[in-house]
Amino acid sequence: MKMEVAESVFQTTMAGGTPAKVEVKHLAVYYGKFRALNEIDLTVHEKRITAIIGPSGCGKSTLLRSFNRMNDLTPGCRMEGEIRLDGENILSPSMDVVSVRRLVGMVFQRPNPFPKSIFDNVAYGPRLYGIRRRSDLDGIVERSLKSAALWDEVKEKLHQSGLSISGGQQQRLCIARALAVEPEVILMDEPASALDPISTLKIEELMQELKKDYTIVIVTHNMQQAARVSDYTAMMMIDEERAGHLIEFDATNTIFTRPKDKRTEDYVTGRFG
Amino acid sequence: MSHFSELMNQNRVKRARQRKVANTIMLSLTGLVTALALVPLFWIIGYVVIRGGKSINLDFFIHLPTPMGVAGGGVLSAIEGTLVVMLLAAVFAIPPGVLAAFYAARFPNTPLGVALRFSTDVLSGIPSIVVGLFGYAVIVVPMKHYSGLAGGAALAVLMLPTIIRTTEEMLKLVPGTMREASLGLGAPEWKTSLSVVFPAAINGIITGFLLALARAAGETAPLLMTSLGNERFDIGQIIRSGVQSHLSVFQIIWKIVNQPVDSLPLALWKYAQQPYPERVELAWAVALVLMLFVLIVNVTARVWIQNRTQRMKG
Repeated sequence: MKMEVAESVFQTTMAGGTPAKVEVKHLAVYYGKFRALNEIDLTVHEKRITAIIGPSGCGKSTLLRSFNRMNDLTPGCRMEGEIRLDGENILSPSMDVVSVRRLVGMVFQRPNPFPKSIFDNVAYGPRLYGIRRRSDLDGIVERSLKSAALWDEVKEKLHQSGLSISGGQQQRLCIARALAVEPEVILMDEPASALDPISTLKIEELMQELKKDYTIVIVTHNMQQAARVSDYTAMMMIDEERAGHLIEFDATNTIFTRPKDKRTEDYVTGRFG
Repeated sequence: MSHFSELMNQNRVKRARQRKVANTIMLSLTGLVTALALVPLFWIIGYVVIRGGKSINLDFFIHLPTPMGVAGGGVLSAIEGTLVVMLLAAVFAIPPGVLAAFYAARFPNTPLGVALRFSTDVLSGIPSIVVGLFGYAVIVVPMKHYSGLAGGAALAVLMLPTIIRTTEEMLKLVPGTMREASLGLGAPEWKTSLSVVFPAAINGIITGFLLALARAAGETAPLLMTSLGNERFDIGQIIRSGVQSHLSVFQIIWKIVNQPVDSLPLALWKYAQQPYPERVELAWAVALVLMLFVLIVNVTARVWIQNRTQRMKG
């Protein structure tokens, strides 16, 4: 474990310099009159892992869910500012939510496979976008499950229920389901918090594989996990009006070794939060 | 040992004995009353099985009732009629009930959602004879005759609250993140409801439907005022004569539903008050068949719902 952490920090140091995939500018999110997020500016780099950390209730998930407009589903939620995905503002009213969600996939805290077969879980997305031919679907399902490091474990039982496999496998199935529509960005909302340490390790290894092709944003409560897996870290806090805001954003090893903000230092060293 | 603690010790033994006696008395009492509460159930079942079992034979299921005073015959008309009325009730009640439940589960706090929940509670408390009267006024009077159609509609009204409430509860059991996963892939809301939420809740929805069906199957009062009863109701005969006079399938179906039909509870009610012993015997047999039908449906539904809740938790 020690070795891996060291290696990851080394990778992080080398990570800089990829173009911006998502640019957040002056983002504010309101739930009714309550301002949940205030003045967020953040750059998510392409094919890197960006971790969002911070104490409970500081708006980490709200920020993450802004990236694929999942906040739209919350009644009374309103967003101001811009989130640019490859330069295009996904918050603009003319933007098609469906195409945003195809490009920006999401993995949730608890594994949530559909009550369908493993095959149909993965094929659900492609079918939504009109892919019907069996041979096409077969190819997509196999490729997605392989990308999610699950193929070898389930290839014999593709037609069993997605709920019949273990929790860790279910979470990787959910990742495969998200990969099947060929997203460019993957959002992960505490993807390992409901899993045992071995399954967690598998998810973290998988993330390192995935970042070769995908841009990943992960919300995590687990400081060690943020340090282990991410290249960049965004530290969030709530201000006096209980609105979440970003207090520091930098390369992960800088955040964890030489944070500029005292509050970040206190948080990552476990002195509060 | 001091005198005082000796006294306490004595008391302790005494108290322990008192406690044991009280425990035994209360346990026997509650046990006895519980057993007593079970007596009516098993009495009814046992009595109906003994009295009804004698008259059940093949004829009972395949023949129409004989004219009054003539021995033999069966209750084919009532069995067929019950099936027709139940089928109609299911067709009338399930689609609107399930759709309404979807709305209520998705938007529980909108004015319409609250109104729906309130009115299903009220509706489930309305006496069934009132529902029968309603069916009479709204369907039988304008059509100018009793019919299976009217009976099905009346039973559908009785089934609606159960269907709506159980479906709503089952839909609410589906984890919200499952919906989000589908929406997060870019699926529209209707597609998510139809291909993720609905399949996840389907077993529970079917269970709710079976419970509603079991309740409605035993209803007599609404049918008295809507489908009336018809001892000559014979689907086979209607189909044969329909085919002979070259009627279309729809015309034949219309003939089946558009006339008074018999049903098991109605037949039971009628036969039981007639002065012919063989008719009374027949009534007992009808009671047995009706009871078995309701019991089987009920038990199936409950076992189903139990398995499902366990799986949802697991």
